Amino acid sequence: MKSAVVVFPGSNRERDMIAALEKISGHRPAVIWHGDHDLPKVDLIVIPGGFSYGDYLRSGAIAAREPIMDGIRREAERGVAVLGVCNGFQILCEAGLLPGVLMRNAGLRFICKEVELRVETTASAFTAGYSKGQVVRSPVAHGDGNYRADDETLARLKGEDRIAFRYISNPNGSIDDIAGILSEKRNILGMMPHPENLIEPLNGGLDGRPLFESALRAVA
Amino acid sequence: MLANDTPITPELVASHGLKPDEYQRILDLIGRTPTLTELGIFSAMWNEHCSYKSSKKWLRTLPTTGPRVICGPGENAGVVDIDDGEAIIFKMESHNHPSFIEPYQGAATGVGGILRDVFTMGARPVAAMNALRFGAPEHPKTRHLVSGVVAGVGGYGNSFGVPTIGGEVNFHPRYNGNILINAFAAGLARADSIFYSKAEGVGLPVVYLGSKTGRDGVGGATMASAEFDETIEEKRPTVQVGDPFSEKLLLEACLELMQTGAVIAIQDMGAAGLTCSAVEMGAKGDLGIELDLDKVPCREAEMSAYEMMLSESQERMLMVLRPEQEAEAEAIFRKWGLDFAIVGYTTDDLRFRILRHGEVVADLPIKDLGDEAPEYDRPFTRTTPPAAIAATDIAEANDYGAALVKILGAPDMASRRWVWEQYDHLIQGNTALKPGGDAGVIRVEGHEKKALAFSLDVTPRYCEADPFEGGKQAIAECWRNLTAVGAEPLAATDNLNFGNPEKPEIMGQLVGAIEGIGEACRALDFPIVSGNVSLYNETSGVGILPTPAIGGVGLLPDLSVMTTIAFKQTGDAVLLIGKPGSHLGQSIYLREILGREEGAPPPVDLAEERKVGDLVRGLIRSGQFTACHDISDGGLAVALAEMAMAGGIGATIALPGGAGAPHGALFGEDQARYVVTADPTRADGILAAAAAAGVDAALLGHVGGESLDVAGLATISIAKLTEAHENWFPAFMAGGV
Repeated sequence: MKSAVVVFPGSNRERDMIAALEKISGHRPAVIWHGDHDLPKVDLIVIPGGFSYGDYLRSGAIAAREPIMDGIRREAERGVAVLGVCNGFQILCEAGLLPGVLMRNAGLRFICKEVELRVETTASAFTAGYSKGQVVRSPVAHGDGNYRADDETLARLKGEDRIAFRYISNPNGSIDDIAGILSEKRNILGMMPHPENLIEPLNGGLDGRPLFESALRAVA
Repeated sequence: MLANDTPITPELVASHGLKPDEYQRILDLIGRTPTLTELGIFSAMWNEHCSYKSSKKWLRTLPTTGPRVICGPGENAGVVDIDDGEAIIFKMESHNHPSFIEPYQGAATGVGGILRDVFTMGARPVAAMNALRFGAPEHPKTRHLVSGVVAGVGGYGNSFGVPTIGGEVNFHPRYNGNILINAFAAGLARADSIFYSKAEGVGLPVVYLGSKTGRDGVGGATMASAEFDETIEEKRPTVQVGDPFSEKLLLEACLELMQTGAVIAIQDMGAAGLTCSAVEMGAKGDLGIELDLDKVPCREAEMSAYEMMLSESQERMLMVLRPEQEAEAEAIFRKWGLDFAIVGYTTDDLRFRILRHGEVVADLPIKDLGDEAPEYDRPFTRTTPPAAIAATDIAEANDYGAALVKILGAPDMASRRWVWEQYDHLIQGNTALKPGGDAGVIRVEGHEKKALAFSLDVTPRYCEADPFEGGKQAIAECWRNLTAVGAEPLAATDNLNFGNPEKPEIMGQLVGAIEGIGEACRALDFPIVSGNVSLYNETSGVGILPTPAIGGVGLLPDLSVMTTIAFKQTGDAVLLIGKPGSHLGQSIYLREILGREEGAPPPVDLAEERKVGDLVRGLIRSGQFTACHDISDGGLAVALAEMAMAGGIGATIALPGGAGAPHGALFGEDQARYVVTADPTRADGILAAAAAAGVDAALLGHVGGESLDVAGLATISIAKLTEAHENWFPAFMAGGV
């Protein structure tokens, strides 16, 4: 089981993600620099959280146009699992790998706290380790987490069972309480909450673990 | 823009914050009239902010050494040994004046500056805190300042990627015109690879790294050394603009470069930018420095030497490099997209020589810029401490339940959740104790159990009444907060915020507080390893409350016995460790319930503090407690309420016999005390251990139920306490209070 974490200038949760993947899988992920054009053959690609390019222009907008994104697009086409967390979700949306956009939080403030998520589908490598309707805890830490999509897109996401997680108590104004969505082929997950920050007793819970465990198991 | 040969008039000297006798000292030192650039350089080096000219004499009296101290004051930050070949590097610094003028950028660059101080020494920042003090909530500017400052602190720290795990927020009318923004940062490094600012070797390249130089912040340190008046709005151009994105790149590039062994000396450009950093590196190494400003990467065209030397543009560093590794170093900086330019060389002539367009625009004796800075033994008048007020001379509460609810919802006492939820306190994945407890705790990366605890403390109203006791109390409370989670307090950093030191009564406050801090540090083996002094915190002649903020660091070898404040288990015994309370002078009860800010603050018996703290820490480490909380603002009642709210469980309490008047017992702010909980079967053993150590202790009651029930005095539901405690801040910020 091999994984890779992609680092952009301004990424800042890559160390958390690398540590989480290593603790859960026992293998240190490859660290890929944004300027690279190709990825090594891995089973899981993660775009971690942070403020790539300082969130300048729009969060994720500049990173989405970096050389490595073409590589990620190719690997995703081949069916490789791609996880974007927080800024990673923003980048995937900006790159067109996931539909919709992430706007400024409705409260206009950065928010860091633990929230509850409802697992809406188990039909993906990322969510298979949970049960449908299960409520799990997860920290959020973002200023631009307000997910928005047009009516048609939203209807498709719902109709195709592509909403992975919904907030129990919406912290950021996201449409339909959406916290994470899947791609059409269900191998790309974008989510604002940080499962990598709830994987060991120190974090006060283990609710993030099943996401990584099932994603890693699915491709093992 | 003035020419370099502009005639130096008395007005020009005065506008640089230099007194006539200080200017005469310059003339005597260099034997001629300075150029404009030279005047700017002297002004930058000799202002209060950079030279500590009013405080130096007294700062020298502080204890700064100890078995764990690797580097004390004088470098970018203090360095303390935390075993296993690891060190924690930390400091606190003020950004008061800029934040009042432009709250978002002022606070943001305050955070940026302190982070840079830490990673300049080779440490990766792992924790941040901040002590914020604002004017009265009802003052028209307060809401705007709180909003901007909190957003600025978060905006910088969150993007940079450091968890902000603690701090303080206070409100008082004395900060109406002069808020305090004190930012703390700590970083981890290997104890054998710490980087210092002392340059070594002649003819070595001086390298400029990071962001480009602009006109922002020109003269900022001089501005920060002056009082404010109604012209304050004109000072906006002296505030710097932060770019946390560049700082994050600078961090990664610096740490990567340090790994290569290419760095001989490094100094960040903070206050007085290029001037201070270059002089520091040269003077410490007994070397001259020659800079060619034409080589400095600039953001704006046609900047003068004067502007470049005084610019406080952020996210910049100066380094002395091993010449043979120049290419390697440059490649690292280019990879991170940062500027890298050789801007000068070290020399053997002890001159600070600046070239612009091929001409020497400044040529000064480098050692004298620092060593010959004026130092004042300013006259001072000690504060006469007010007489203590006996509890019997203070009215009891008509309704203790209502009094507690009012206190928990008071601006200074209400939950700070609104603030700290805007700070990423979880990033890096090592946060073991979030804000809201006695101390913030992070696990040391690479260890399973080893952790560090951090706390920021001072009680300005105590310092105002009695600077000496207030200084002692700030240290004692910080030490106690670290102890309350089970940590061994290692060392502290101080951020001394005072008014105009040219007024003897203000100088008296500074002297008294430093003496109190020193006495407490010695008694508790808690040395000061870094710090910052911010004077002239006055607007239109009104000074702030004396505010010597203390940031402490403690070591927790085993996270598994760390205590938190929350009640855990129904049936647990609740015990008071320490003497019963009775001291209501300067208390929150007196101020919030009776509207009086009077009396002497609680005295700090340092021997008692140490004895009680050592006992508590020992019992925590042997796993005796299920919760622990220090008693401070608001006394026993507030401590119990906070423990109940944090755990979502109530308690049934009876004040022990002989505890004195109930308002003193419940709200007295006597020092050296803790509330703990334990499995009921352990209660007798804990009381016996306390007796054996000569420490007072008493069983107060038991955890359980949905209310805090104090026999015969009050029964209040946890829901009601929580509502009062949690609602004030969001309601205030929404404009509803």
